Amino acid sequence: MLASLKQLLRYRALVGSLVARELKARYRGSVLGFLWTFVNPLLLLLVYTFVFSVVMPGARAPGLEPYSLFLFCGILPWTWFSSSLLESCTALTGSGSLLRKVMFPAEILPLVTVLTGLVNFCLGLVILAAFTVYSGLPFFTADLVWLPVIVLVQLAWTLGLALLLSALSVHFRDIRDLLGNLMTLWFFATPIVYPYTQAPERFRPLLDLNPFTHIAGAYQDVLFVGGRYSPGSRLALVGVVAVLVLAVGYGVFDRLRDTFAEEV
Amino acid sequence: MSVLAIDVRDVHKVYRRYGRRKNFGTLKSALLGGRVAADLRPDATFEALSGVSFQVEAGRTVGIIGRNGSGKSTLLKLLAGIGRTTSGSLDVTGRVSALIELGAGFHPEISGRENIYINGMMMGLSKRQVAERFDAIVAFAGIGDFIEAPVKTYSSGMYMRLGFSVAIHVDPDVLLVDEVLAVGDEAFTHKCLDRFAELRRKGKTIVLVTHTLDLVTRLCDEVLWLDGGTLRAQGDPKRVVDAYLLDVAAAEDRAAGAAARLAPSAEPAQDMTKVAEGRWGSREAEVTHVELRHADGRAGHVFQSGETVDVVMTVQTPRPLTDFVFGVAVYSADGVCCYGTNTHIEGATPQELTGVGEVIFRFDALDLVEGTYRLDVAVHRADGVPYDYHRLLYAFRVASPLKDVGFFRPKHAWSFSGGIRIVGPGLNRDGK
Repeated sequence: MLASLKQLLRYRALVGSLVARELKARYRGSVLGFLWTFVNPLLLLLVYTFVFSVVMPGARAPGLEPYSLFLFCGILPWTWFSSSLLESCTALTGSGSLLRKVMFPAEILPLVTVLTGLVNFCLGLVILAAFTVYSGLPFFTADLVWLPVIVLVQLAWTLGLALLLSALSVHFRDIRDLLGNLMTLWFFATPIVYPYTQAPERFRPLLDLNPFTHIAGAYQDVLFVGGRYSPGSRLALVGVVAVLVLAVGYGVFDRLRDTFAEEV
Repeated sequence: MSVLAIDVRDVHKVYRRYGRRKNFGTLKSALLGGRVAADLRPDATFEALSGVSFQVEAGRTVGIIGRNGSGKSTLLKLLAGIGRTTSGSLDVTGRVSALIELGAGFHPEISGRENIYINGMMMGLSKRQVAERFDAIVAFAGIGDFIEAPVKTYSSGMYMRLGFSVAIHVDPDVLLVDEVLAVGDEAFTHKCLDRFAELRRKGKTIVLVTHTLDLVTRLCDEVLWLDGGTLRAQGDPKRVVDAYLLDVAAAEDRAAGAAARLAPSAEPAQDMTKVAEGRWGSREAEVTHVELRHADGRAGHVFQSGETVDVVMTVQTPRPLTDFVFGVAVYSADGVCCYGTNTHIEGATPQELTGVGEVIFRFDALDLVEGTYRLDVAVHRADGVPYDYHRLLYAFRVASPLKDVGFFRPKHAWSFSGGIRIVGPGLNRDGK
């Protein structure tokens, strides 16, 4: 496993190029091109603004204004998380010819998926910052120094699960379909469209078990509220578990590595 | 003994074959049945390589030949580091570049330039190394201005050439090539061969899997012959290739024999106008058996071009006849008559046919080019009314080391004079 990691390090330039390729190729042929990376979260933000100010203004929790920005703070990292996991299911199975014909570390494929999501997430943050400032709220608070830590914790979680899912998907193709529904459930089981404080008391222990509750909460505290974030032991615990997940995910991936070329 | 580039010791490779259960069962039943682990185990296995051992010294060019499914590509993939051996050890020294599928990993939406970088880096080059070789790669592929266009707009030839060009510029110590020289036009093939020659001069090791046997004999220092996952022979190219060809011919012989035995089992047609499949006639005289023989009397179905071949027919008649003609004709596989004659055309006068007799038609030299041919044999009346006509019922194959074209190979010789100097094995053959 250590040797595999060392080899991965050798291929880091390739990872960079592949991420750039993914970003470029995704919108190739469209009129706006790379701008879509910005336009997509922008439109998403506008949709939520419309829904919570015109369609159902009563649904928003009190005291969180503008509500669409609060939503956005949770949805941005969630989009990164869920799209990475969903795409990782096909990261290996969709690259059969590559795995069968070219010798290179296969973990690059799910890694690129997750990192591409990270870049999109960062670009989404730019939109978020612009809108926060536009709304007259402070964005650049001292809390922002914690942002990289939260991103790292999420990265470890996402990568660990992506490695696990991509490897298992080679053997069980139905994981993708199962996961699609599971992610919808997970989305609503996480305080994203509602604040944690609004969840009924008796469900809170359950919510606490959900790692993404703490990750989304941290983002909301740092990006939306600002100025009151103190990284509690919870985030540290989530971080430790994240490293464990990453280790297990990579371990499983490494175990199944030899079967990929034959099974994809 | 010099340095070993490839050391393969008793390598087995077993592929898993999953049965129906896996295909329909999937995750749900695996979880319900609590047998995830069981489902990850194969139902049946297929041994693609069973105990292959060989060594290749650095700087040698080695060809791997064998029938389809003999394990050639499996072996090459293992050498390339794709997949792991089931048992046995396999060591390759130095940087390996595998031309197994050209352009695998090209992304259709991005330009040739970007694809060169990504492909090169996948094969283990650094970004700088790709940049250094970039111009050479583009020049070798002959892509020109298309290098900035998305790869999806390339013709399949350009796509392959670019893939080949990247792989060969990786500057490998060991180059593995799987049947890829067929992709380009003549000019590109020559460029590839030049490049191979250059790599050989630089002392690189090349492993070539191909069905183009003359390429093997021309290019390789050594040939491995794989048969059913085991190594049948290793050594001098000419010797191994000939052994392989003999084996293939013997197998073809068996197959052709099986086909020929099946063919002439047509129902006896009493009405001469009634055409049974491939056989018709009044049966006042009957051809009961047809056989092709080598000069030494062995029956066969595969002959070398120029060999002496006898067509032997056994003829039988229930009552004596005085009006009878024997005929033989040879057709190419696509139905063109190459040659036909009969005893009437050649001025023979029939006297009497009674009981059983044997007719032998001898080709002193079967001067046909390589290919599959079919035979008509017949006994009929002088006016053409057939007693028994066998239409294309007998197939035989002509094998030839030369790849000349057409049907007929006349005896010939080349000679040159004046300022022309030319040598070659084909030229000394007929006299010179």
